[in-house]
Amino acid sequence: MIRRILAIAGIEACIAMRNRWVLTATAIMLMFALALTFAGSAPTGSLGVDLLTVSVASMTTLSVYLAPLLALMLAFDALAGEAERGGLALILSYPVSRGEILAGKGLAHLGVLAFAMTAGFGAAGGAAAMAGGAGNDSLMALARLIGSSILLGAVFLALGYAVSALAGSSAGAAAMAAGLWLLAVVLYDLGLLGAVVWSGDGAFTREVFPWMLAANPADAFRLWNVAASEGVALASGMGGAAAALPGWAAPISLILWPLAALGLARAAFGRMEP
Amino acid sequence: MTDDILVVENLAKRHGAVEALTDVSLSLAPGQRLALLGHNGAGKTTLIKLALGLIAPTGGRITVAGARPGTHAARAATAYLPESVAFHPALTGREQLALFVRLAGEPTRVCGPLLERVGLAHAADRRIRTYSKGMRQRLGIAQAMLGRPRLALLDEPASGLDPVSRHDLYALIDGLAREGTAVLIASHALTEVEARTDRIAILSAGRLVAHDTLAGLRARAAMPIRLRLTARDGAADEVQARLGGERINGAAVEILCAPQEKMDTLGRIAALGPLVADLDVTPPGLEALYRHYSGEDRT
Repeated sequence: MIRRILAIAGIEACIAMRNRWVLTATAIMLMFALALTFAGSAPTGSLGVDLLTVSVASMTTLSVYLAPLLALMLAFDALAGEAERGGLALILSYPVSRGEILAGKGLAHLGVLAFAMTAGFGAAGGAAAMAGGAGNDSLMALARLIGSSILLGAVFLALGYAVSALAGSSAGAAAMAAGLWLLAVVLYDLGLLGAVVWSGDGAFTREVFPWMLAANPADAFRLWNVAASEGVALASGMGGAAAALPGWAAPISLILWPLAALGLARAAFGRMEP
Repeated sequence: MTDDILVVENLAKRHGAVEALTDVSLSLAPGQRLALLGHNGAGKTTLIKLALGLIAPTGGRITVAGARPGTHAARAATAYLPESVAFHPALTGREQLALFVRLAGEPTRVCGPLLERVGLAHAADRRIRTYSKGMRQRLGIAQAMLGRPRLALLDEPASGLDPVSRHDLYALIDGLAREGTAVLIASHALTEVEARTDRIAILSAGRLVAHDTLAGLRARAAMPIRLRLTARDGAADEVQARLGGERINGAAVEILCAPQEKMDTLGRIAALGPLVADLDVTPPGLEALYRHYSGEDRT
């Protein structure tokens, strides 16, 4: 089983490198992370935190949008495209299970994401630390940012596979992936914001809203990074909702989501007739 | 028979209201080559996908090497060549084949000899993007020959190939059969299957309308022989009046006659003497035979 998963992961990693996916993803992460770090270096003095902390806060906001986007772009074509080319039926004629195929592709794509995140955030963090100093706290925050970004990427990789299996065609999968991204990282928040404004300081804002935030992987990611570091919370201004939740809520959500999404993807793949 | 590799019994597959396959039964023994013929949409690919376990039948039974299609044992025994294989263009032939070798649980050192056997050794380390259609098909055949399969399902293996590549391809398929692989070749035209197939099965609108050897099909069809006479100038009307048949153009008459009446008819033509300038005799061709069984000429 491991042998077959590694065989697929190896070939997918090779394809990702040949397609310059690794290069593109890493370049995008590096560019945005460095730009944000130095563009956002102004408030350091007024907040009394080091530059790395401010940088992590900006990069958290960046990752909320970018990690799901990169993950979906890697994943949406993984099954639909291969089914269209006829390659999926051929692979499935070999003694390899659908779960093994999914695991192999996931492993390779997660590797690409992890590499891009670590390189991008690591380089920007390193640059910020050198320019403006870093403490133990802010280094921890950086490590947490990288780890949780990879988890967030894993959620949307798995959701991307589910979309790819459900859509039936490559073009349909692309459209569904774009819709999913918009829904999860933009519209969901807008909806919650509207509800909070309507509720004012009512029961919804105090009791329900924080949990609804934690239920969305993108917001759980934000909450986790904010709640775990006072400095980051201060710099990002999202402390209110984070304070209303127990500390384990956001991490648990972000750890459970990839597993649930992977289960969903496996079920969708199982129903696919290539 | 228990030693048949592929056994299909009363197989049926329905997609919503569409009957893709209805009551199909056939079997394939080791080393046998079966040509599965039919129009596009006659159910050939559906039958292959059922044999691969990619889709489930709505009726009947199908077994591959004694196992249910899609099980580990059945998949390990089966090789498949999809119609117009599209491998990943960014990979080299060797890399793509190595993936299949690993999935089949074979050692990767079999790659080289296999690529050599299909005539791709010189292009093994080039990207598949640069391959011609024939080269991609050879790569497809290479993966189908992996690990001495007991059953090979080849979907339109020769489509889009030039005559030389097609000849090479059929030689490789013959090689597979000699080693004991049961081979099923699906095609939409009888002329495509110049390979020496042992039996021919014809699907029409999801039903098996014929399943026999080529000679058997010929005998059973009892199709007429076509005689075309060219008359001397101005004599076409008289030739038609004395022999019957159909005027084709100014000077030619065409007569269809049953195989047993052929010599009689030729005698009558000879009796016309100088009225006839030329004569062509055409036995029913493969294409006509196929059209006969797939029901196209009974309109």
